[in-house]
Amino acid sequence: MVDRLLGRNREAPPDAPVDARTAVWNRVQLARNIRRPRTLELLGGMADEIIELHGDRGFGDDAAIVAGFARLDGHRIAFVGQQKGADTEENIRRNFGMPHPEGYRKAMRVMELAERLGLPIVTFVDVPGAHPGPESEERGIADAIARSVGLMSRLRTPIVAVITGEGGSGGALAIAVGDVVIALENAVYSVISPEGCASILWRTADEAATAALAMRMTADDQLALGVVDIVVPEPGEGAHADPEEMARRLRPVIVGELERLGRMTPDELVDARYRRYRVLGAYTEVAAPAAAVPPTRGLGDRLRELLDPTRWSGGNPIPGSSRRDEPPAREEV
Amino acid sequence: MPIKLPSFRPRKDAYPPDLWTKCPSCSEMLFNKQLDKADRVCPTCGHHFRLSAGARLESLLDRDSFRELDAGLQSLDPLGFVDQKPYPDRIAAAQLATGLRDAAVRGVGTIEGRPVSICVMDFGFMGGSMGAVVGEKVTRAAEQALVARMPLIVVSASGGARMQEGTLALMQLAKTCAALERLRAARVPYLSIMSDPTTGGVFASYAVLGDVNLAEPNALIGFAGARVTAGTIAQELPAGFQRAEFLYEHGFIDRVVHRRELRHEVALLLRYLAPAVLDTNGTTAEARPAFDPIGFLSSLAERVVPDLAPAEPPAPAEPMAAPEPAAPAEPAESATAAMPEPATARTDAGDPAEPEPEPVSARRAPEASDG
Repeated sequence: MVDRLLGRNREAPPDAPVDARTAVWNRVQLARNIRRPRTLELLGGMADEIIELHGDRGFGDDAAIVAGFARLDGHRIAFVGQQKGADTEENIRRNFGMPHPEGYRKAMRVMELAERLGLPIVTFVDVPGAHPGPESEERGIADAIARSVGLMSRLRTPIVAVITGEGGSGGALAIAVGDVVIALENAVYSVISPEGCASILWRTADEAATAALAMRMTADDQLALGVVDIVVPEPGEGAHADPEEMARRLRPVIVGELERLGRMTPDELVDARYRRYRVLGAYTEVAAPAAAVPPTRGLGDRLRELLDPTRWSGGNPIPGSSRRDEPPAREEV
Repeated sequence: MPIKLPSFRPRKDAYPPDLWTKCPSCSEMLFNKQLDKADRVCPTCGHHFRLSAGARLESLLDRDSFRELDAGLQSLDPLGFVDQKPYPDRIAAAQLATGLRDAAVRGVGTIEGRPVSICVMDFGFMGGSMGAVVGEKVTRAAEQALVARMPLIVVSASGGARMQEGTLALMQLAKTCAALERLRAARVPYLSIMSDPTTGGVFASYAVLGDVNLAEPNALIGFAGARVTAGTIAQELPAGFQRAEFLYEHGFIDRVVHRRELRHEVALLLRYLAPAVLDTNGTTAEARPAFDPIGFLSSLAERVVPDLAPAEPPAPAEPMAAPEPAAPAEPAESATAAMPEPATARTDAGDPAEPEPEPVSARRAPEASDG
């Protein structure tokens, strides 16, 4: 695994000792590369035509998410994807690819339309995370994400999801529930940003690389976990080195999956999709369950407790409190 | 490390470790027995302490009606995750501390005689974080609600998805939302109760998706943790940001309910949140014509002659006997009228010594809505 990562890591000289941590961190940097092709660039290289649709019909249009129709090798599809900017100015307009609730509501609107029109859906995921500010909370970012996830789980049309860059938590999953999930080689997918994970579990964001390694967020790891079904190799140093070649490699994979899924009936699709997510997660069933719910304490228990000699052996009544010599709280009197 | 043998000699510094609690909101020292009697709500300021899963079940369900299911589910360590200590060690420590196998307990029980499928989270177990076991339990609770056609109740208390399970924890959002979509399609209602805290992936999946969303006063509810928000955007956060009342104001929570009233409100709501009645061939009885003159006349007659109205369901043993939701009892107005507004903090202090095990009004309620 490490060797494989090393072999592909062309930024470091081949003979330099690069540990797994650095290798994973390089992947994260590649996934975040500002020149990495986004939804519109990739589609531009694949599709014969693109018609973008705008607005969620309730609040506004979120430039961090693009959606619309496209034609791909003769297949008419609906597409939804996150769109980061290629420079600072565009990034400000597109909010650094961090969608607000209206972005996800636009996505839902287009996906529902696609279901009605019988169009398959292709989504492109590249997001650091949904926008976390007060406006987002006020307009219900959690609600938008949960409803989008729920909607995608039941749409009666094929869905192909492609993780193209950063798959950042709920903001990514909201448009990444599919019959098949494809990832580009240097894409990453995680439940929380490595910086966020490190600041919580290691108490410092400096350990982000360690957290990235521990979360096994690279495309190959996600393939092994069953979260991702197909990994598409990237050209040269990465997708940003040759976006056109990237699109050329991605197109036959998407089209092949669309054709395969197109032969299934809507019922089969929805059932298979439900099962796909139903089985994800690792748990075991232990025979002897713990006393999960403490029983209601009866009189006998209380008496036993009162008579317990260890209980009254003196000592400090309030652990770690300086108020032990104060009279009992008012309610007690 | 030397092996430490357990000592059987009473320790000098032994004390009842859980006699007093300091209220973090008003700094009052609270006698734990009284706090427990008051459902762990500070009698002085109304601060809601977090409830363990067991205490929550006890306060919501009819006495001795709870039957736990899937108690043996336990997380594995699919990533081999190690931070300061290995993930399996963290699970083991949390199990020792709480007596639970994971951060959720699920089963079936009754509330004022009405059977429900219920899943309750416990913040004490690794911050109530959602890994495979929590996701599985919520999903199974939803699937059971669907099959047995009884309402689903989920009480959330969680910091979000469990980082130690990586994207597999994230996938629990998809798993639970998909199960809830099926429940919705089958017209089985789902009541979500959010307690302090309900954030991250739990809020952004099943917690927010309730047909009715209830929350406890001042509970922290939000998508991104305040630290993440403050770190990502350099912006001052509004007062009361991500509190239950904030979400209520913005339209994502139906009612903010004091814990003392919670059981009563849930019981009232359950009269309306009854699964749609199935006709004989197993499909929902929906293919009714838009206007059914006979049905209209008979429902009119029932309204005029109250004796014709179907009796209140004899509930406990018969989950299928739930009344048709369109029962002619003028639902909307009696629901709101019968529900007392959440009391203010001061009224709590009035009667801390003798809290009823359940509100008196809860018992007399059945008659109230029939009339």
